[in-house]
Amino acid sequence: MNIHIPTPLRAFTGGQQTVSVPGATVGDALEQLTGAYPELRQHLFMADGKLRSFVNVYLNDDDIRYLPQKEATPAEESDELTIIPSIAGGCCCL
Amino acid sequence: MLKLSFAGYGALRAHGEETYPHECCGVLLGNATLDGNLVREIVRAGNTRTDSAHNRYNIAPEELVKIQRRGRKLGLDIVGFYHSHPDHPAQWSPTDFAEAHWVGCSYVITAVAEGKAAVTNSFLLTGTGEEDKQFIDEPIEIEMQEERGQA
Repeated sequence: MNIHIPTPLRAFTGGQQTVSVPGATVGDALEQLTGAYPELRQHLFMADGKLRSFVNVYLNDDDIRYLPQKEATPAEESDELTIIPSIAGGCCCL
Repeated sequence: MLKLSFAGYGALRAHGEETYPHECCGVLLGNATLDGNLVREIVRAGNTRTDSAHNRYNIAPEELVKIQRRGRKLGLDIVGFYHSHPDHPAQWSPTDFAEAHWVGCSYVITAVAEGKAAVTNSFLLTGTGEEDKQFIDEPIEIEMQEERGQA
């Protein structure tokens, strides 16, 4: 399946915008991705293997954190995974 | 260097005036070049922080996915973001820095004073990741060619 890489992480995929990997589940695909591009792992996952809090992964239009099977969700060749870091902020006053 | 059209520059500032006293936010689609981030399209986004919209912003990731998908079809990348600081300076805040994760992208902030857009600044997020990221001041170059061509 195709995994779309956001601009800040392309430095770790040889500049590739989209990477095609095999994988029966979302987790498999991410494993394949970080296996092919090991430097990516620390930017996606914490030491305990969980996704960093600001890293969102979408299977087509669905956030995998809210899918019943999460990373174990089955995926097909035609599916698309999108890695998208969060965007937030604001002025400092409370 | 952040390059954007006069119309785009005006659009993001106008957005901040429209949402005042709340923060506006949006995405800059374009291309990263050797000279910096070149903006081709300004895309408005909704601020999901309705609980504290006067001093916080958040773009829903699902909206971001759609914007990125749209950019891909146009041959454009996400090269930056913009938001406003109602009645506060156009300087990044500790919250802006903590929540900045798009290294290589431009973060544009417009101060909106009493409903009027004032200073607009851009900050480039540099580094390789969370451990060494930093904001650096980034000049904004406003391209006037389109307007001259129409005159």
